[in-house]
Amino acid sequence: MADEDTRLVSMLESIPYARFLGIKAELAGDEMTAVLPFAQHIVGNPMLPAIHGGVLGAFMEMTALAQLSVAAPMKRQPRTIDVSIEYLRSGRPLTTYARATIKKLGRRIANVHVEAWQETRSAPIATLRGLFLVAPSEE
Amino acid sequence: MSDNEQTRMIATAMNEGSPQARALGFSTLEIGEATAILKVPYRPEIVGDPETGVIAGGVVTTLLDHASGQAVHAALTTWVSIATLDLRIDYMRAAEPGLDVFARAHCYKLTRSVAFVRAVAYDRDPNDPVAAAQATFMLDSSAGKKPGANLKPPRDAGAKTGGVD
Repeated sequence: MADEDTRLVSMLESIPYARFLGIKAELAGDEMTAVLPFAQHIVGNPMLPAIHGGVLGAFMEMTALAQLSVAAPMKRQPRTIDVSIEYLRSGRPLTTYARATIKKLGRRIANVHVEAWQETRSAPIATLRGLFLVAPSEE
Repeated sequence: MSDNEQTRMIATAMNEGSPQARALGFSTLEIGEATAILKVPYRPEIVGDPETGVIAGGVVTTLLDHASGQAVHAALTTWVSIATLDLRIDYMRAAEPGLDVFARAHCYKLTRSVAFVRAVAYDRDPNDPVAAAQATFMLDSSAGKKPGANLKPPRDAGAKTGGVD
């Protein structure tokens, strides 16, 4: 298994909250797709039903953290400085996917954009833009 | 039924009827006058950094979103469906491991279509927050949608622009 794969798997397995939500990830080369399988406990609005907006935000933040762990070995987990989330469509009771793009990985700050979708990649349900305090290990 | 009783009922329904709120153990401590204070109890399953035992940022995100929604309901005189349009959160410091986290949200402006909310999350003192949030909500977001609407394919499914990249 490649180093990136190992870091990703150990990161997601070590975070209790990622397990609580049921987040998984697939890695193809350097492209990672995070997967949030639908489960009853992630529903926010039971009438529609719709996935809780907070869960979608949390999932996208976790996607950004996972993508950072793939990009470079870190001395410690990156700390989230701020996030800005836009909700575009209701999260239906389906599997949700997310991909993150690292716009810049500096010595201290990383800028990451994330997009989440369900059946149609070109119709995202939510986006996140986040700033993270990072500590890449010196290699 | 007074406005306050109605708002309290909505808060209870939002905490107990929402599976995610129930899974995280949300409760509303105070609600009224366009303001809501909610609590999430600390427990090991919702930790984000196993090295420090600090609660995950995502849990704080969900608590702030939920509290902000209740603040909107507390500002409205009659119930309408609402949906978060956007949510911006600054994480100022890590919550202290082992402590419950609170969120205090205030809906400071309502227009015909949009509600504006500010919120803070804290563990001991609201003046020393863990996180601060600014959110907007769409009012009457489910207009025309029937219960179970999300079980059907979305209306804009046909809006797919060409091939999938």
